[in-house]
Amino acid sequence: MEKLSFRLSSPSSASGTRPQAIVGVVASGNLEVLLERTSPPDVCTIEIATAAHGFGMVWDAVVRDFVARRSAGGLRISINDGGARPDTVALRLAQGVRKIEEPER
Amino acid sequence: MSDWGMQKVALGERLTAGRRYAKGKIVPLPSLPAFLKAVIRSGDRVCLEGDNQKQADILASALANLDPAEVHDLHMVQSGVVLPAHLDIFEKGIARRLDFSYSGPQAARIAKMLFGRKIELGAVHTYLELFARYFIDLTPNVALIAAVSADKDGNLYTGPNTEDTPTVVEATSYKNGLVVAQVTEIVDKVPRVDIPGDLVHFVVEAGRPFYVEPLFTRDPAAITETQILTAMLAIKGIYAPYGVRRLNHGIGFNTAAIELLLPTYGEKLGLKGKICTHFALNPHPTLIPAIECGWVEQIHCFGSEVGMEDYVAARSDIFFTGPDGSLRSNRAFCQTAGLYACDMFIGSTLQIDLVGHSSTVTTSRIAGFGGAPNMGSDPRGRRHPSEPWLKAGAEAAPDADAALRRGRKLVVQIGETFGERNAPLFVERLDALELARELKLDLAPVMVYSDDVTHIVTEEGIANLLMCRTKDEREQAIRGVAGYTGIGRARDPKLVEQLRQRGVIQRPEDLGIDPLDADRNLLAARSIKDLMLASGSLYRPPSRFRNW
Repeated sequence: MEKLSFRLSSPSSASGTRPQAIVGVVASGNLEVLLERTSPPDVCTIEIATAAHGFGMVWDAVVRDFVARRSAGGLRISINDGGARPDTVALRLAQGVRKIEEPER
Repeated sequence: MSDWGMQKVALGERLTAGRRYAKGKIVPLPSLPAFLKAVIRSGDRVCLEGDNQKQADILASALANLDPAEVHDLHMVQSGVVLPAHLDIFEKGIARRLDFSYSGPQAARIAKMLFGRKIELGAVHTYLELFARYFIDLTPNVALIAAVSADKDGNLYTGPNTEDTPTVVEATSYKNGLVVAQVTEIVDKVPRVDIPGDLVHFVVEAGRPFYVEPLFTRDPAAITETQILTAMLAIKGIYAPYGVRRLNHGIGFNTAAIELLLPTYGEKLGLKGKICTHFALNPHPTLIPAIECGWVEQIHCFGSEVGMEDYVAARSDIFFTGPDGSLRSNRAFCQTAGLYACDMFIGSTLQIDLVGHSSTVTTSRIAGFGGAPNMGSDPRGRRHPSEPWLKAGAEAAPDADAALRRGRKLVVQIGETFGERNAPLFVERLDALELARELKLDLAPVMVYSDDVTHIVTEEGIANLLMCRTKDEREQAIRGVAGYTGIGRARDPKLVEQLRQRGVIQRPEDLGIDPLDADRNLLAARSIKDLMLASGSLYRPPSRFRNW
């Protein structure tokens, strides 16, 4: 298991009021993303536990693009990765931030 | 002055030799080896019917069992190199030269044999191109074809998989060649005459159906969320704005996802009747929900698809069917339709380079072309206007005089940035170039040339190459949708952002696509069983796709 952690400044903070959201599942080629509204509003922290070693550069690129493209300020994101491809990671992150924005039902 | 009529004389000799083993036109199966030896001459050009789907398998095995000391140096001209026997013929030294189009399941072995110089390669063609050469410089001396049934006069019923047969028979029989058909059974009266008997010289009763591959069945259960997202991008970012009504879908899970999103996502976008009404397409099972929801008006087919026979027969309002009720397919006509009467081709590939050339060849696999490069090319001979064609032409040359400006066919490559076994879709250099160098080919086998491709769609977004004005813009547009592949990570973020501002690159968020919608619940069918139910149980999936 490799652990990676990122603390990125985020120009816009996540909207909505949900305290947390979870998307995806831990499975081979998939990942679970837990989002909590516990970071300062202009910061997004991302902690990754991944089964695949040696992909730090790719994770770095994926999370930086994510923070640049989506409003992720204020979020603490924890990822449990089962060796997902970068496209799946990017999709799950986008889904996670959309889910925490949604009104609670 | 030479003696005229020598070809007819030669055909007469073959007929006489063959009749020794036949009763009328019927050759009993046990006599097939001796019969073939009698009618095939060393050096003959032989078309062994291997289509995209249907295979003259009995005739292929018999040909492969000939003695190379007696029959050798054959020149095989055939669409598909699909069965092991097709390559055994070369392995044994019965045939030497090969001109073909598609080699799906034999892709690895054919590559090995080309490298081992077991096969002398003429060229790899598109279907239509090879058919064309049957009438010019690759006319067969002998055609070995497949049909469902025959009567004693040689009239043939091909059933739904007519495919290449009319073209092969036309080229062979009218140019003094010999036509031999394998059929499942001999009947008193064929259900319909697909091939007139006077063009067929001999018939072999195989006693079992010819081999046919369910090539176009994609199990909805295997469609990923990334593929759903990519399909949403294609529908909202290309199908909708161009108003694409006449099109061809390549094989693959990406286009299967598009078909299954029409009744759900497409409906939500209000696109019914505005897109996807007319297809040049095999009967894809994944299109059943859209057909049942009234999306599709008409489909012409290259071939059939295993299990779709009853469904197609019951939907003659959509499909081309004969007086017997079953599908009539015809690859040559459908390829022509895909070339000239469709405004879009969309399909997947294995590798795309930085200018936009794409190829399905890797150094260890030569899958051939099939029909994709034909459908996936801009027909320079087209003269009729249509909205998508004119709009694409205007994007490519906004300053040209509209009345003198050619339109452009939409040629779309779709895929995830990482393919099977995490192989990146985007590469600096196509493997096809390496292959061409090692085999000393004049041309690298390129599926779709960069000057034909108009859009590349991945889960990262759409790159509209029509709107790129320089080589540099084009490269950055491609890098801009290449995600986290090496090519994608080496993009120039500033230039990519400029291209995005101009709409050359469109990301999911630019099109208002909600990533939460990229969910398997959005598929109109999520399993093969769902497809069967959607068809009112008219679709009968082959056993290997039944997992319930």
